[in-house]
This record gives sequence, C-alpha cells and structure tokens, in this order.
Amino acid sequence: MSRIGVAFDKARADGRALLVGCMPAGFPTVEGSIAAMTAMVEAGVDVIEVEIPYSDPVMDGPVIQKASDIALAGGVRTTDTLRIIEAVAATGAPVVTMTYWNPVERYGVDVFARDLAAAGGTGLITPDLIPDEADEWLAASDAHGLDHTFLVSPSSTDARLAMTVEHCRGFVYATAVMGVTGARARTSDAAPTLVSRVRAVTDLPVGVGLGVGTGAQAGTVAGYADGVIVGSALIRCLLDAPSEAEGLAALRTLSAELAEGVRTPVR
Amino acid sequence: MSADALAPLAGPQPDSTGHFGRFGGRFVPEALVAALDELDGAWRTAMADESFRAEFGGLLRDYAGTPSLLYEARRFSARVGARVLLKREDLNHTGAHKVRNVLGQALLTKRMGKTRVIAETGAGQHGVATATAAALFDLECVVYMGQVDTERQALNVARMRMLGATVVPVTNGSRTLKDAMNEAMRDWVANVDETHYLIGTAAGPHPFPAMVRDFVRGIGDEARQQCLDLTGALPDAVTACVGGGSNALGIFHAFVGDQDVRLYGFEAGGDGVATGRHAASITGGSAGVLHGTRTFVLQDADGQTLESHSISAGLDYPGVGPEHAWLHDTGRASYLPVTDDEAMAAFELLCRTEGIIPAIESAHALAGTVALAPKLAAELGREPTIVVNLSGRGDKDVHTAGDYFGILDKER
Repeated sequence: MSRIGVAFDKARADGRALLVGCMPAGFPTVEGSIAAMTAMVEAGVDVIEVEIPYSDPVMDGPVIQKASDIALAGGVRTTDTLRIIEAVAATGAPVVTMTYWNPVERYGVDVFARDLAAAGGTGLITPDLIPDEADEWLAASDAHGLDHTFLVSPSSTDARLAMTVEHCRGFVYATAVMGVTGARARTSDAAPTLVSRVRAVTDLPVGVGLGVGTGAQAGTVAGYADGVIVGSALIRCLLDAPSEAEGLAALRTLSAELAEGVRTPVR
Repeated sequence: MSADALAPLAGPQPDSTGHFGRFGGRFVPEALVAALDELDGAWRTAMADESFRAEFGGLLRDYAGTPSLLYEARRFSARVGARVLLKREDLNHTGAHKVRNVLGQALLTKRMGKTRVIAETGAGQHGVATATAAALFDLECVVYMGQVDTERQALNVARMRMLGATVVPVTNGSRTLKDAMNEAMRDWVANVDETHYLIGTAAGPHPFPAMVRDFVRGIGDEARQQCLDLTGALPDAVTACVGGGSNALGIFHAFVGDQDVRLYGFEAGGDGVATGRHAASITGGSAGVLHGTRTFVLQDADGQTLESHSISAGLDYPGVGPEHAWLHDTGRASYLPVTDDEAMAAFELLCRTEGIIPAIESAHALAGTVALAPKLAAELGREPTIVVNLSGRGDKDVHTAGDYFGILDKER
C-alpha cells in the first residue's frame, strides 16, 4: 500500500479524517515555503500537498494564482520544487504533489517520476490531466512506485467516475463544487453526494477539496470524507500577514484549528 | 455553397478522441469533460441534421453576407509580382471571418438549451462577433479581455457594450489574450450548466479545434470554387495569418487534398523570432500543453508559458490550434514568421494600391505573400497565382496603425 494509503488507514482507525494542506512551492520564497510547510506539519496537518507553480492555472482561484505568481516571479524552478518536497518529506509527513501537466511534460515524464520518487514524494494530483490522456504518466508513475490521483467532479457521469477511480492510486480527489479553488462561506451540498458515488465504486479513500477554510467546515467535510484538503485559506494566512513571522503564526493557528476540525467530524 | 456549408463532414483528422497526430486531445479539469462531451454530441448531431445546416447556411448568406468576394488585387499584384486574389472576409458582417464561427456556435448553444455565452478576445473581433451573435440569439454574453487589449482596442470594447455584452478586463498575468482565455475557462468551470464557452479560434480542448474549423471551412470551399471560376485553375499557393489559426484553417481545409497547392501560414514574428519578442508559436515555440490541448507553445525550460508579443492584438497568443501543429508536423503546410515592420509595410501597401485597409492580422498574410511571390515565381518559372485570406478589416486597428506611421493628429 502507498504511504498515503497507510496514513489514511491510520486516520480511519482513529475515527477521523486526514487533513491535507496545500501550498505552492517557492511561495513566498523557496526557504519560506519550506518553513511554512514545516509549520503546518508541526501544527497538525497530516499530509502536505506541494503545488508546482504554473503560469496558467485554470483550476485555481485568485489566492493560489497570486501565490503562484509570487513564486514564479521569485524565479522558482521545478528543480526547486523537488528540493522543497525533499525537505518537507524529511519531517515525516507524506508529501503529495499537485501540478498542471505541462511542467511535467517539459521536464520529461519518466525523469520527473524518477526525481519525484527520489525526493520522497508519494505521487501526483493532476488537475488538468484526465486518465484519457494519462498513459505516459500512468506508466512512469507505476515504474517509480508513485501514486496517481485524478479528480472527480459533481458533473462526472457514473461511467466517467468509475473509469477515473479505476485509474487512481493512493486516494481519489473529489472536487466539492463546480468552480475553482478558494474558501467559501459554506461547504458544498454536492460534495456528500459525490463522495457517496465514489464510495459505491471503490474502497480507496476520498479526499474533498475546494471551498474549505475553517475548522467547523473541516469538521463538516470530515463527517463524510476520508480527507479534507485545504489550500487557499492557509495560503491567505501568508498573503495577508504584515510580516513573515506573523504569517507563520497565523498559519499555525489555522492549521491547528483545521486539525481539530477533522478530529471532530460532524455526522 | 453556403447553403450547405457544413457538408461533407470533416476529413480523417482529428481521430475520435480529438487528436491530430500527436497534438490535440483534452487537457482539462474533469469538471469540464461532461460539457465537452455534450458539445461534441450536439455538434455531431447538428452536422448530420439537414435543418441545422440549412439554418446555418441561411444565416451565413442572409446575415453574414457570404460567400465573400474573391477579388483580384491588380495594383497590389503588380507591385508583388504575383497574381494576388484576396478572399474578402473583411466584407463579412462584423468585419472578419469570425462571424462564421460565432453563428455556428450560437446556433449550437440554443440547441443545447444554454442561455449564456462567454468568450475571450484579443483584438476584440471575436468579442464583437460573439456579442453580435448573442444579441441576435437573445443570449447573455460576457467577454473576457486582457486589460492591455481593452486599452489598445477601445473601439471594439465600445462596440461590444453597445451590443449588450459585459466586457470584463482581465488583470492577471500578462493581461492579454492568454489570460483572458484562462479567466473564461474559470468562468466555464463554475457555470457550465447554463453557459457555453464560445472559443474564438480553432484551439482549446476537443471538440473545439475541429468544430471551429468546420464552421469556418466555408472560406476555403468558397475560395477554391471562386478561383476555379476566375482563373480556370487552382492557385499555386494559399496564404493566411496564424494566431490561433481559425482563418488559416478555414481557407486551408478545402485545399489540403490538392497536393499542388502550397499552404503558407504566417505567424506574428513581432520584433523578430531571434529577439524572443514574438508570437510565432510554431516557428519559435515547442510542443507542450496549453489551454486544454497539446500543440506548439511559447514556453521556457520549465514549461511556463512565455509572454508573446505582436503589434497585432489578434495574433498576440503564445499557442496555436493543434491542427496547425499537425499540418506543420506532416509538412503539408509551411509556417513562417513575419515581423511587425514587415506586416505594417504590407498594410500600407494594400491601403495605397487597393484602397483597402486590412486588419493588422491580415497584413501578416499580405507581408508573407510579398516575400513569397518572387521565390515562387523563380521556382515555377512563371507568375504564380496566390490566394490570400484577407481575414478582417482594419477599422479597429486604425489607432495602432496611425500611431505606428506617426500620422495621428495629437492636437485637438
């Protein structure tokens, strides 16, 4: 079983959901992002999702795009991302990577899989790579023992949902809402239905992303999902802070609140 | 011929999954796949439906004003050293070839029962065309436009608003067409139930490249027959400008099977491909994935999209439609860069010899033709016949051109 799978099993045995925290690599700087992700782990985030910053992130809302733009403007490279993954993996927390497809293709699909595995990454979440186009990635990730997580959406037909889940390893990423990333005032009505549709066709754990920003919302999602994925709200802690130290403090506070949330599922 | 502009169906490309050789496909969030499948189904059903074809053909004839003329530009020809025939898409309603695509997609929007269209636009021609079709079909219309482009194409912004569209200036990234396309994709992901994303060129995820091509292929079907009627033979070459590449595909498609007819796409070379300030995705880019499709892209070593540059907002895009990438790969069409200065020299030449002010996009095709004519003449040993797709008129570019030539009266 993959390292992510082990972490999900352990959380499930504890009667809680897993908290996945997402942060773009190189935001606000390479060292700053290592510090931020380490702080998240120390404050109770179970799994770190490291996003490779990309110039055209069509699935991301304004917060993640702004953070990615800052990282890119700072000159972050794919090789820096791999270094960050290595540093965060050293904390002991499983590290999953999220990336749009072009940076991987440009790096070289098999070489990327090799280097990601060597850095201690567990696998990839691919928001714009659907299984229909993923033959090369499936082969490379299998060859290097990496997970492949594809997205399912409220708009996925039953046939597509089954096909997509069939190609997932590690966990399934359920997008809670139709729309881009970003914390929302209330959690999605569509998500519980989507999760139950996924459960009908697989035993893989299901992580729910898009729209979660508070401990209470995390608790709500933890009531029906195996994993709660939070990005924009955590990133905002750093974006909105007057100083790096204050940003890290806010990040720790919110991480702890979310960690508490996934431990008190609302069922 | 416009009465049945969609028949016969497209050739062997793309395959059933939307691939043109190694290009094309769908690189999109899963959330959009259902909408793309719905569109693909609606398009295929419509293509096979005689009433749809008749309605589309009727609109092209009675509303858009096609078939557009094929005009022999004698004074321009004399200067160029070739028999130049201009396919006058600039005479269409809204002033460009784009009206063909928007009428087709607006008809499909109605058939799918959707009430809202969104679009991205660079120069504003596609935005104006979309706003026009939306008004005609009573659809809500939102147009995303890079903030830089809203400033250099203020006249078209006003046109869109007059037609009832909401124009949203996009302030992300390079604030040009690429970023407008990202923003439109985001809108579509969030509002896909009632919204059709009316993509303006033969790019994006399947089925857009093939569908747009088939909506604009009347350009080439008409030009081919008109050339036969006028000259008794097929042309030696067909030329067009290439940004995303819809006008070029539209005119190329009818000639792809005519192996003796050479096809030339002229890309925006900006300050020169060697300077890095250009929008020539095939000449100066590499294979990659952008905006839902695999094609040629301007990108750095990490796969980050590079900013493009062109004096023409309509060509200022760091990607190209995947079918052009395939035509390049197979060698069936040739793609060459034209600099801003070369385009503007041809722009001026057409103004002065023919009394026609072309879109700066189309001026790239004219400039490429000027450079091509003597080479082709030498090779063939006679004056060549060249059909140039004059894809749009230059009203929208008068400010840019006036600035370039220093002929604007700045004092009021």
